[in-house]
Amino acid sequence: MTGSNSVTRRTPKPASLSVLVIDENSIRASIIEVGLREAGYDNVTIIDDMNGLARRIMEINPDVIVIDIENPNRDMLESIFQISRAVKRPIAMFVDKSDEDSIVAAVDAGVSAYVVDGLKKERVKPILEMAVSRFNAFSRLQRELAEARSALEERKIIDRAKGILMKMRGLSEEEAFALLRQTAMNEKKKIAEIAQSVVTAAGLLM
Amino acid sequence: MVMAMNDSNTDDLAAPPRAAAEGSRMVRAGFIPLVDASVLIATAEFGFAEKEGIKLDLVKDVSWANVRDRLAFRQFDVAHMLSPMPVASMLGLGSNPSPTITPFSLGRGGNAITLSTRLFDRMTATAGLPETAGALENARALAMVIRDMKAREETLPTLAMTYPFSSHNYEFRYWLAAGGIDPDCDVKLVVVPPPLTSDALAAGAIDGFCVGAPWNMVASERGVGRIVAAKQDIWPSAPEKVLGMRPDWAESHPETVSRLIVALDAAARWCDRVENHDALAAALADQRYIAAPVQIIRHVLAGEFNLDAKGNRRVIDDYFLFHGGSANYPRPSQALWIYSQMVRWGQAELTTTHARTAASAYRPDLYRTALGEASGPPDADFRIEGDKNGDSFMDGHIFDPAHLADYVSGFAVRTVRPVVRGTEET
Repeated sequence: MTGSNSVTRRTPKPASLSVLVIDENSIRASIIEVGLREAGYDNVTIIDDMNGLARRIMEINPDVIVIDIENPNRDMLESIFQISRAVKRPIAMFVDKSDEDSIVAAVDAGVSAYVVDGLKKERVKPILEMAVSRFNAFSRLQRELAEARSALEERKIIDRAKGILMKMRGLSEEEAFALLRQTAMNEKKKIAEIAQSVVTAAGLLM
Repeated sequence: MVMAMNDSNTDDLAAPPRAAAEGSRMVRAGFIPLVDASVLIATAEFGFAEKEGIKLDLVKDVSWANVRDRLAFRQFDVAHMLSPMPVASMLGLGSNPSPTITPFSLGRGGNAITLSTRLFDRMTATAGLPETAGALENARALAMVIRDMKAREETLPTLAMTYPFSSHNYEFRYWLAAGGIDPDCDVKLVVVPPPLTSDALAAGAIDGFCVGAPWNMVASERGVGRIVAAKQDIWPSAPEKVLGMRPDWAESHPETVSRLIVALDAAARWCDRVENHDALAAALADQRYIAAPVQIIRHVLAGEFNLDAKGNRRVIDDYFLFHGGSANYPRPSQALWIYSQMVRWGQAELTTTHARTAASAYRPDLYRTALGEASGPPDADFRIEGDKNGDSFMDGHIFDPAHLADYVSGFAVRTVRPVVRGTEET
């Protein structure tokens, strides 16, 4: 994937393009907005509420629409473009099939863009690239957060299992932990999994 | 992407067996969580794919636009699609059209039209509708209410369907127009994703919708909606979902396509059998698939409808037809019927070339190659539709694919007068 370093280059007067970001995840939407503004796109609107979407698109009349592809309202957009003669008719960004890499990158990141027909490809590309890199950065962040959360959960469960072993078998804390670790090694499982079994078993027995 | 060797490509070296040339038989299939994905889900879940040496990898998606794009960009090999989608793709309609064909229809039925209980109550009051009113009576009653609304300068109803190129769009329009309602002027048609329809109706954001199962039943059981027409009332033979694929993929994977069709055919027969419905309902209800209450899905499969929450019930025979009545045969005249509705509502222009292109989206040749020449229905690929007993259109019109222009201009309610340019087909 191309990085975001090409974003500010080769874009004469990006400010003249009106960009609409549709994303129900308002945090991610604002991350994209900041990125676009930093790259010189001043005319950025965010919609994170899907009520009255068609009317608002007509009012904003954007040149480029960036949308999260996990958003089921993509079908609503397709319909708006199909039936409405009032909106300049945007077409899917993906229409440039020659650029397979950028398509794959966009789909992998989970983002799609629509551009008004006739708008030059090179003017839109940096916007999609920006959106892709921000989407990726966001999911990386989400993943790290989830990992941190599960690490914390694991530690809690191990502590509870230790407590149970100490109480039921009269072990010291170190002995309880050593027992969990040894069992995990013997069973080729994670300590947290053994700890979970201990907690579950204790729940059944007590 | 590695292209397999073509049959006609006679090299001097001995050709490797096809299986090797086509690579692994892992088939990635996109689907939207709906009961009409049953055949595809059963093919993966109940060993039908395995038996044909295929590993069917099902990927749940959220929008038809995504399914279309992911198929076009080769993230999917095949996909659960709305029957008009391959036709629209071949005609170059909509965003990002990319050639798409279907060699197998995933069955019939499953759609219904639901109106808010508030709107239905007003229809009952205005038109004196009996509880047993049929689809056409209901449409006419809605027309009366709309005339009344116009006289009082009230906001006209907002009605939802699922996608511009969907059976739901054409069926909703057909039903409205049969009652004398112009779907572009007398109501506001919008798109709402199927899982959100019931909530949107409850919240008053929409006044009705046409969508696949189980969402009509979900709204009626909650007491927010009343089912006023089923797909069977509009046109029983209408194809619903199809298995879409790229023509280049079909050409480079002939053996995989054939095996997949054989597996789907066996699964479709299995899905039609009542004794399998408990197992099917349990599989469909799973989080990985539809994630809806198993009881509702079981009722839907049986065609047992709770029309509302007041206990009005209706049983529709063959509400879902997964295999019977040649339901899997991709009949080109049905692609042409879809095209006729696209013309009727101003989505496409009427030309002989377009008609030929539209028909080419449905590929009965691939179906017969896989299942044998005798597998197809006895009547012609291009047949007159709606002239048989028990298979008529709700307004009594008959579709003759050889006279598309006459058919379209025969409708009192339509968007544009079709441009006639040499319209005789086949």
